[in-house]
Amino acid sequence: MTDTIRSLTAEKIEQARADGRTAFIGYLPAGYPTIEDSIEAAVQLGNNGADIIEIGLPYSDPVMDGEVIQLATAEALENGFRVADVFHIVKEVTSRTDAAVVIMTYWNLVDRMGVDEFSRRFAEAGGAGLVTPDLVPEEASEWFEASDKYELDRIFLTAPSSPDERVKLTVDSSRGFVYAVSVMGITGARGEVSNAAERVVRRAHEAGAPRVCVGLGISEPQHVAEIGSYADGAIVGTALVAALRDNGPQAVGEITRNLVTGASKK
Amino acid sequence: MSTPIERPAPGSYEHDGDFQQLQGPYFGRYGGQWMPESLMAALQEVEETFRHAVKDPEFTAELNDLNANYINRPSLLSEVPRFAQDHPGVRIFLKREDLNHTGSHKINNVIGQALLAKRMGKTRLIAETGAGQHGVATATAAALFGMECTVYMGEADTKRQALNVARMEMLGAEVKAVTIGARTLKDAINEALRDWVASVDTTHYLLGTVTGPAPFPEMVRYFHQVIGDEAREQSLEQTGKLPDAVIACVGGGSNAIGLFHGFLDDKDVELYGMEAGGAGVETGKHAAPIALGRVGVLHGARTYLMQDEDGQTIDSHSVSAGLDYPGVGPQHAFLHDTGRAIYQPVSDSEAMDAFKLLTRTEGIMPAIESAHALAGALRLAAKWVADGVVDKSTPQDEQKVIIVNLSGRGDKDVSTAATWFGMVPEDQTEAGE
Repeated sequence: MTDTIRSLTAEKIEQARADGRTAFIGYLPAGYPTIEDSIEAAVQLGNNGADIIEIGLPYSDPVMDGEVIQLATAEALENGFRVADVFHIVKEVTSRTDAAVVIMTYWNLVDRMGVDEFSRRFAEAGGAGLVTPDLVPEEASEWFEASDKYELDRIFLTAPSSPDERVKLTVDSSRGFVYAVSVMGITGARGEVSNAAERVVRRAHEAGAPRVCVGLGISEPQHVAEIGSYADGAIVGTALVAALRDNGPQAVGEITRNLVTGASKK
Repeated sequence: MSTPIERPAPGSYEHDGDFQQLQGPYFGRYGGQWMPESLMAALQEVEETFRHAVKDPEFTAELNDLNANYINRPSLLSEVPRFAQDHPGVRIFLKREDLNHTGSHKINNVIGQALLAKRMGKTRLIAETGAGQHGVATATAAALFGMECTVYMGEADTKRQALNVARMEMLGAEVKAVTIGARTLKDAINEALRDWVASVDTTHYLLGTVTGPAPFPEMVRYFHQVIGDEAREQSLEQTGKLPDAVIACVGGGSNAIGLFHGFLDDKDVELYGMEAGGAGVETGKHAAPIALGRVGVLHGARTYLMQDEDGQTIDSHSVSAGLDYPGVGPQHAFLHDTGRAIYQPVSDSEAMDAFKLLTRTEGIMPAIESAHALAGALRLAAKWVADGVVDKSTPQDEQKVIIVNLSGRGDKDVSTAATWFGMVPEDQTEAGE
């Protein structure tokens, strides 16, 4: 990890640790169901206990997403969402919550705008970093450059299938935290968190990652508590998106309050 | 903010020959591995198995045996003088991949990759399919090797290629209709990738074209190189020289790269790839990403894509389901930029005219995909005649020779063609959109 540059997500995770909590990271798609409601939902998320908010950029070909998120992002696109709208969303959410805001994006959207241009506008809006599900460090040279220039966190993913040398590569390339994929599969709430998760986190820690957060399949407070016993943060997506879909932005606040009860280690 | 269209002029990229030696993961600035981390280990395993296998005499012997005794290789190189009759001085030959087992070039790659899957100890094959040809070929290989098989197909394609769905199911494959996104080939690839992320321990993703992350573009090309190698030899035997031009249709571009490869370093042989121009590139309803000229990353590779100003994939349109893909193999992107190959769009109607002409003059019904290449041959022949390069007095040994890759047979397209040409009463049409 490169720690000479200030990392907003690292600060949030360390703050949670100091408070005796597992960091809580919530995902919501930008522009779903509308731009305004997506801002409202993210504010609910941030003001009810999320340390980091992950805003997903709707993309036409989201290969790592399960049905709930696919349908939500497809709806956002049908409603006319444009990539540049995300900067407005990030600006609103950072000004109305204390959470660090990262964007989760498939790489072509950044590539098309231009990596430098995207990074500049995102940093200006107050953004903290990017989660990049289809970008591996080998293809990220432009992103390394831009993320250093604009002091953004690089959150790469590590998976149960990653061999040791790739875990090391991911850890060395990341800043802020490493995103541990808990299961071989796509996003979606699951009954229990895969028992592979603990091993993925341990390997990333052993490779030198100071902060490792777990995503995929987390939907209950006890999942958060369980993950907190070995990881630095828990990432929830589908459960929040389903709540937003069914009951609107207020429901995101409610489910977040419930989920973060699992985050307390006191 | 809109990004200007980036479109390097053909020939603007310097490359000093030795095109045949090109390996992945990059072809110039194209290709790569833009993939989820979860799949990187599997890609590494596929690549290692592939590199090892091609040097193993046992593997090549088994592949050659299946090529000869299962696929029916070598495929014929047939001259079609009546098809070429309006262009005196031009001889047109067809590389008859339509005569392969299962009716198209797709089987070449499928048998090769299925052998690799066996070596890796995988027991299940998954594939995407557009027209159904690659799905049928994969289902066939699964039956031959006793493997499980799941084929993903866009719901729109399951309707326009209903007969191929039945063929795959008959062969024991499970066909999953993809009901999300545009419901065509690209969405089938998305679903296959989602399946693979969760099943990679037991499953090989048998990608059907020269796109995707490394090593697929290079590996799929390798299994199709036999097309160009045979054609080169057959041309020398039958005409005493190399062809002046070789032409193939380009969706993802596997049949084209298979044909081109044998001629890449023969500088005097012109290479043409015909993209699906749909209703016309100017209408936006097409599947011609090189003509559109926007570079991006999709399904693991950096290449030319059908995409909007934001980088969202644009739905592609073509009368031929097999060319209805919004990207193109990264090596084609590279060959375009270097100027080594020339890519042009062919409209639906131009392709259908060529479809009919070959059927009526030679009794060979081509796949509509291949009809795009036939249209390209007619276009080139007409140009040579118009430019006075050849005429009816040109002696045979100075006549121009074109080889067209007839990548598949047209049985699957009869319903689409009958609708196109108005041979079916309105209320009985089931395809043709």
